[in-house]
Parts: sequence; structure tokens; C-alpha cells
Amino acid sequence: MAGVAVSTTINGDNFEYLCQPDETLLDVLRDRLGLTGAKEGCGTGDCGACSIILDDRLVCSCLVLGAEAEGRRVETIEGMAHGDTLHPLQQKFLEHAALQCGICTPGFLIAAKDLLAKNPDPTEEEIRFGLAGNLCRCTGYDKIVRAVQDAASVMKGA
Amino acid sequence: MRYIRPLSIEDAAGLLAGSTGTAAILAGGSDLLVRMKGGFIEPDLIVDIKAIEGLSEIRETSEGFSIGAAVPCAVLGESKALKKAWPGVVEAANLIGSKQVQGRCTIVGNLCNASPAADSVPALVAAGARAVVVGPAGRRTIAVESVPTGPGKTSLAKGEIIEAILLDKRHPHSGDAYLRFIPRTEMDIAVVSAGVNLTLDEQGRVKSARLALGAVAPTVILVEEAAEVLNGSKLDEATLERLAKVCSGACRPIDDKRGTVEFRRKVAGVLAKRAAITAYKRAGGK
Repeated sequence: MAGVAVSTTINGDNFEYLCQPDETLLDVLRDRLGLTGAKEGCGTGDCGACSIILDDRLVCSCLVLGAEAEGRRVETIEGMAHGDTLHPLQQKFLEHAALQCGICTPGFLIAAKDLLAKNPDPTEEEIRFGLAGNLCRCTGYDKIVRAVQDAASVMKGA
Repeated sequence: MRYIRPLSIEDAAGLLAGSTGTAAILAGGSDLLVRMKGGFIEPDLIVDIKAIEGLSEIRETSEGFSIGAAVPCAVLGESKALKKAWPGVVEAANLIGSKQVQGRCTIVGNLCNASPAADSVPALVAAGARAVVVGPAGRRTIAVESVPTGPGKTSLAKGEIIEAILLDKRHPHSGDAYLRFIPRTEMDIAVVSAGVNLTLDEQGRVKSARLALGAVAPTVILVEEAAEVLNGSKLDEATLERLAKVCSGACRPIDDKRGTVEFRRKVAGVLAKRAAITAYKRAGGK
């Protein structure tokens, strides 16, 4: 079966790939392009582990077809740090130990980045609602919320 | 399976009309891809409608709003004009799923998925919203409540696509509201829901009313007796009690793991009252 030819931008770089028409963008990122930061948790849009930003919108990449990325802008966790310099959210997740097993972490970081881009000074409640599409079974969320609050104050001062 | 991204609505309708196997329309994909993953549907053809001009826009015209079929619900919440005119519709649309799902899901998808518990549908029905349908026979405009015919089933014929949802321009002294009951604080499926839309006269009496209930029948239902109860009133206590009674009586719910028949009936009345009070306040009533 012939694939769909797709030309897209991922983390600022141009990518071209062939994918099957029913292949998700998550599978394309992980299995064809080697970008394994986005994780597959549920595969049905419930857990947020596969979160990416598509044309400035936070989405689950398991609910996007690879073919849909044609001509669009994709941001993944791999584009978050600049070389060896971590994004403030990444730094604060480390400092606050806002992770244990780490499977949910790339999704939380992307969702938190999107949240702070739209609301640089969120309340605790806004953070909890904003990150409700990301599930974590280790931390109990409190450390994640504190890391995001701390990152927000650092980013505001920057 | 074929994936096609047509550039016109007529081409999209033609592809669907000419398909021999299972064809599916893709806008946000938040229902379709889940059903594909679960093996509930194996489309031979997917028609992605997002490249069709105008389908990703909210247009404000002299007659009101036209919301394109591919507009994600998150965009509804970012439209100040729409939020001001139809806060109930926007709050309902913004209750669907997480931030991630909001970035993709659409009200037309919510309508055509035809769940009786669809959050945006009672609000749209209460608002008197209409759907613009394009198909092999041309273009027609129908009431939103005539689209779902039962769980997962719609009245749309083969080859027909909803192009946009139309909402009227607001009369002065109007307000709408949507409420749902869920056992959690967010991200859940409505056990019962209610949408109310009111227009008041200069004295603050209800001039016209529409009330719709969700998750209490095979489709979202428009409760016409509710309008009769509300008309001419200022939502005094006796009126609200009668409203709750007719709404509970209009329910034809099922027992399931999320709620019993008795619970759904009772909560339908409570939510109808509360949504009516909010809509009344939004319309400027005191």
C-alpha cells in the first residue's frame, strides 16, 4: 500500500516522511522519526502522555493522523531545551522532584509550557484545571503543581 | 484505507457520496480516532475537511454567527464576541474533554457523534441553532435537534456534511446557560445536563424560552412545555418548581452505571431550575 507523503516542520526543522493513512502522528514521531519523547499511555486521548503542540494548540498526538501534519508546525518535548540548557519548567521539575517513573513527564512539560504561554501567572486552581488532561500515577500532582508555579515565577522575572 | 483532504465542501460531499465502503469525516478526530483505535470502525475512506476554505472560521454576520465545522472548541472560548452573545453555548462546548481535546474537538463533531450526553448539544438546541448541510442535493439548513436520531445515529443522508452551525444575532435582554451533573469536578460524561435560553421583555418577564435536556433520553430533547411554564414569568419560586416538574416528567432516561432513572429525573429538574436562573441573570433579569 502506498503511503501518504507528508512535509512538515518539527521543532523548527523541516521533515518529510511517508506514513500509512491510518497511522497516528504519535506513531510517526516515535517509530519513523525516532522522536520518542512523546509517550503512548492510553492511545485514546485520556492520559496526555503523547501531548505535543500543533500550530500553537496543545493536542494529543495519538488523536492526530500523521497525514494531518502536512504543512503544519509541530513542537515536541525534544525541542524544549536549548542544547544543554534546560527550559525553566524542566529545571523546576527536577528541583521539585515532580516526577518518579517519568512516563507522564514529557506530556506534563509540553502541557505546562502551553499553559504558561497562554496564562503566564496562573493560580493553583488554573494549573490543576489546565493540566487535567495529563495523568500521573506516581506523584499525586502536588509536586508538579509546585514546579509549574515556581517555573512561572522564574519565567515572569526573565 | 485512503486519506483525502479536499479543498471544497462540494468535493468532500462528492467523495462521501461516491464511496463504496465505510467513509468517515475527519475534523478534530477526538471521536473518530478513538473509535478506529478500539476497532469499532475501520474506514475505507477518511475525508479530512480542515483544508476547506472557511470551515475553520467563526464568522460574525448581520444575522449572527456562523461557526465552521472544523473550528476547535478552544477557539469558541477565545472568541469574545461569541462568548458575550452566547455564553451558554461556549461554556458547554468548553466542557468537552481536556485542554488537549479542546484543541481538536468541534461542536459539529459533538453533534454528529450523536451521543445523548453530548455537552454542546443541549446548549445549541436551547439556542435555536441551525446546521447548514451540504450534500449531493445541494445546501439546506435544518434545526440542530433534527440531526441526532438516536445514540450514534443521525438524520444525515449518505454524502451529506454539516458545513457550519448558525446562531442568531442576540436580541437585547437575552441570556443562555448550560449545566451538567458529573460525579467528578471535570472531564467526565454528563449524567444529566440542561441548556436554557431566555429573552426577556422590558419589564424583565420571560418573552421567549427554550430548554433542552441531555442524557435523559435516546437524543437530547427540547422540552416545549418548559417554555410554556417560563413565558410571562420572572422566575418566581412557584414557576421554578413547575419548571422542575415538567422537566423531570419529560425525561425518558435509562438506568446505567452513571445514574438511575430516578436520579436522572430528579437532577434534570434541579439543573433546569439552576440553568434557568443563570440564563435569567445573564439576560439582565432581577
